[in-house]
Amino acid sequence: MEITVTVNGTEYTRDVEPRLLLVHFLRQHLGLTGTHWGCDTSNCGTCVVWFDGKPLKSCTMLAVMAHGHEIRTVEGLARNGQLDPVQQGFIECHGLQCGFCTPGMLMTARALLDTNPDPSEGEIREAISGQLCRCTGYENIVRAVRWAAEHPAGTEVTT
Amino acid sequence: MTVTQERATVGFGRTLRKEDARFVRGKGTYVDDVVLPGMLHGAMLRSPYAHARIVSIDTSQALAHPKVKAVITGETLQGLNLAWMPTLSYDTQAVLATDKVRFQGQEVAFVIAEDHYSARDAVELIEVEYEPLPAVVDAKRALDPDTPVIRDDKEEQTTNRIFDWEAGDRAETDEVFARADVVVAQDMLYPRVHPSPLETCGAVAHMEPATGKLTVWTTTQAPHAHRTVYALVAGLPEHKIRIIAPDIGGGFGNKVGIYPGYVCAIVGSIVTGAPVKWVEDRAEHLMSTAFARDYHMRGEIAATRDGKILGLRVNVIADHGAFNATAQPSKFPAGFFHVFTGSYDLQAAHCKVTGVYTNKAPGGVAYACSFRITEAVYLVERMVDLLARELDVDPAQLRMQNLLRAEQFPYTTPTGWEYDSGDYPKTLQLALEMAGYDELRAEQRRRRERIAAGEKLPEMGIGVSFFTEAVGAGPRKHMDILGLGMADGAELRIHPTGKAVLRISVQTQGQGHETTFAQIVGNELGLPTEDIEVVHGDTDQTPFGLGTYGSRSTPVSGAATAVVARKVRERARIVAAAMLEVSPDDLEWDAGGWQVRGDPDQRKTIQEIALAAHSNLELPEGVEGHLDATTVYNPPNLTYPFGAYVCVVDVDTETGQVKVRRFIAVDDCGVRINPMVVEGQIHGGLADGIGMALMQVMAFDQDGNHLAANFMDYLLPTAMECPSWELGETVTPSPHHPIGAKGVGESATVGSPAAVVNAVLDALAPYGGRHADMPLTPAAVWLARQGRPLRTDLAIE
Repeated sequence: MEITVTVNGTEYTRDVEPRLLLVHFLRQHLGLTGTHWGCDTSNCGTCVVWFDGKPLKSCTMLAVMAHGHEIRTVEGLARNGQLDPVQQGFIECHGLQCGFCTPGMLMTARALLDTNPDPSEGEIREAISGQLCRCTGYENIVRAVRWAAEHPAGTEVTT
Repeated sequence: MTVTQERATVGFGRTLRKEDARFVRGKGTYVDDVVLPGMLHGAMLRSPYAHARIVSIDTSQALAHPKVKAVITGETLQGLNLAWMPTLSYDTQAVLATDKVRFQGQEVAFVIAEDHYSARDAVELIEVEYEPLPAVVDAKRALDPDTPVIRDDKEEQTTNRIFDWEAGDRAETDEVFARADVVVAQDMLYPRVHPSPLETCGAVAHMEPATGKLTVWTTTQAPHAHRTVYALVAGLPEHKIRIIAPDIGGGFGNKVGIYPGYVCAIVGSIVTGAPVKWVEDRAEHLMSTAFARDYHMRGEIAATRDGKILGLRVNVIADHGAFNATAQPSKFPAGFFHVFTGSYDLQAAHCKVTGVYTNKAPGGVAYACSFRITEAVYLVERMVDLLARELDVDPAQLRMQNLLRAEQFPYTTPTGWEYDSGDYPKTLQLALEMAGYDELRAEQRRRRERIAAGEKLPEMGIGVSFFTEAVGAGPRKHMDILGLGMADGAELRIHPTGKAVLRISVQTQGQGHETTFAQIVGNELGLPTEDIEVVHGDTDQTPFGLGTYGSRSTPVSGAATAVVARKVRERARIVAAAMLEVSPDDLEWDAGGWQVRGDPDQRKTIQEIALAAHSNLELPEGVEGHLDATTVYNPPNLTYPFGAYVCVVDVDTETGQVKVRRFIAVDDCGVRINPMVVEGQIHGGLADGIGMALMQVMAFDQDGNHLAANFMDYLLPTAMECPSWELGETVTPSPHHPIGAKGVGESATVGSPAAVVNAVLDALAPYGGRHADMPLTPAAVWLARQGRPLRTDLAIE
């Protein structure tokens, strides 16, 4: 089937199998390997992307279902070379170790802050509760999101 | 990189990680991100039975699939003498089954196709006829006379016994027990758990036909060991094998061993002449890769009536699964379990461990365990709590009474370990103060009075644990993996402009080596962290070493790094002396440069010296020039990090729900290179402890069917189960480590489960239950409250 999907602002048209998962479309067909695959059962959340502005586990959706919709992935989080404050917060607060859950966590964190710019610790924990991290014990992820909430413009200097 | 908080630019201290720039952009390169031109995709057919004879395998339909390039079976591999491979414990393991399958999920056939989906389709087209056999599931019955022999492929194997192993002095221990006032005994299971890094295992193998060079990108924590094993097994010349561990999405010991899928990807590339990628799915990962624990333990503790602990006696049945594929030093089939005397001053101790085969996946040493120390610490810390209950004394006070004192170090334990340094009472005291221990006990008393008066409130429990780790394996005369000594190399190059490249044999799976190892070099040479590139995870670019596990990176390769940097510093001294036209003996090192003693104006910085070392400066006869150096570090002893943990829980006795209210962790891992990274390591380990204590277990039914093969059944802790961790530290440097560091990667995983379990059982004390096995799920807690302990690992009843 031919589908057209807008990913990080760019329109892609591809011929795909109807059974292709969205996560595999992003990774294998578009080469956007920042979105990870981790569990098959929608438990781990390493595959979280935005679907029309809302976080979604991309292993739960077929690529054909994304036809005509907008996807945003971790590769589209920085704007004009400027890291998003959540990306900066994860660096500042050591919110990542192996980095495998990080893209999904970042997408959820950005979505949380867009709707709730000043979330409590409990609200942050609830927001990421559908995602697993095996390295950080979550503490520094929570701090990283708080950092981003407290620095809505990020910082001036970025790489 | 963004800089907004205090940041050490040279040497030790809180430094933001170099790795993060790529990870937050989604630009990491994990194995599944590797794409090569013409790459094919592999998929594995696995056994649906735990124990069955293979009657026939028909691959014809799979081969007829238009996108399939090859199907490999055990028969194919037999022709290459590769159907069996050695494990890291001198056993053998089937790469693809030929005679029998011995656990559910065992590898049977490997399909190679043009794409990932077609490979999996074709797996479904293979027809295998099995003749099911009775499965051996309960390790405690594996040695019963009527039990089927799992390893009938081995002529000498007439039972399911793998080994019997003892440590300590049995007679002396029996004597101590005979004269003790109090003896407490308890059976306990440390259930089978799985580390479950979020990235599953996989490999991309590429045998380049033109050069005969095999390159394997693979999820490995030990690339050099893998290279040597592949060379020995496959008969490939070792210099023609390059193992690359790219970014690794968590390891936790799960990625130390060699899995059949890796071998099949390599064979697949040789057979097809194209690169082959194989990445397992989550169910495959949970069912077939290295599990941890599965220790059925009976502990006995002996003490005087006034609370002096005298001795410990332990018997263990260790479930190793169908192949003995643990990864531990050859002399120690039960790993370092014989540190089970823990942090206490005992007169005698003895343990006996019997390893058995069962129809379950192989593995056994994984999941941040420091070679079975997790089991050992859990055992002793439960036994001390049970003794406190028996003596009706406070468990923290009983520990304080029996902890080793600072003046006893170096201390030789009854089972032969020489603890390097410690001040245990100070660390426990700090943890109790941070917790507000006395006030917590007062609150608990008030709570119990209110519950006794009829109020519906959760019970409150307070658990304490104290652990001593033994990490940094290890001295090569005692420790090896499959005959490979556990010493690590390091190479340091200083470029003419004073920038450095460090090459190390260990690599990061999230620990942050690219940052912390640069800090070690910076600390020795005064170079800014950002001027030092750390190269790791590629056998063609790094010196030999045993890899990252057992918390050994900092104790072994960290030491190698400090030593090689000091060699560079000494080479720089000779060059500086030539530059300043003085004798090297007249120079002293000060913050990044050599200067004339008492005349700091006569000084050359390391950068100036580096340039001069590459210039036409005339050097003394016999001095080579340049500053580069190499070293191999053979640790003189292990290092012994330790810590004191306090856990506070609220237990709903009607639903069995446990809420961890607070967790206080005081760790002493010696000198901290980067406190931010150390604390991150501890946070992760504490979450592991909560997961194992309350949620995780790999359970089986009576036919050996795996009941936890996905994340809906195998429950890992989320942000909701974890409290905000409260950390403290004491610093007791290791006297024999060049920078006094001890390693910390596994400390919290080792120390925390006992604190959680002790807390839950403390909460249940009014109901009389002494012990319940992990995980303390709501059902287990509810039954424990009724005095009916639940066996969590089996669904046989």
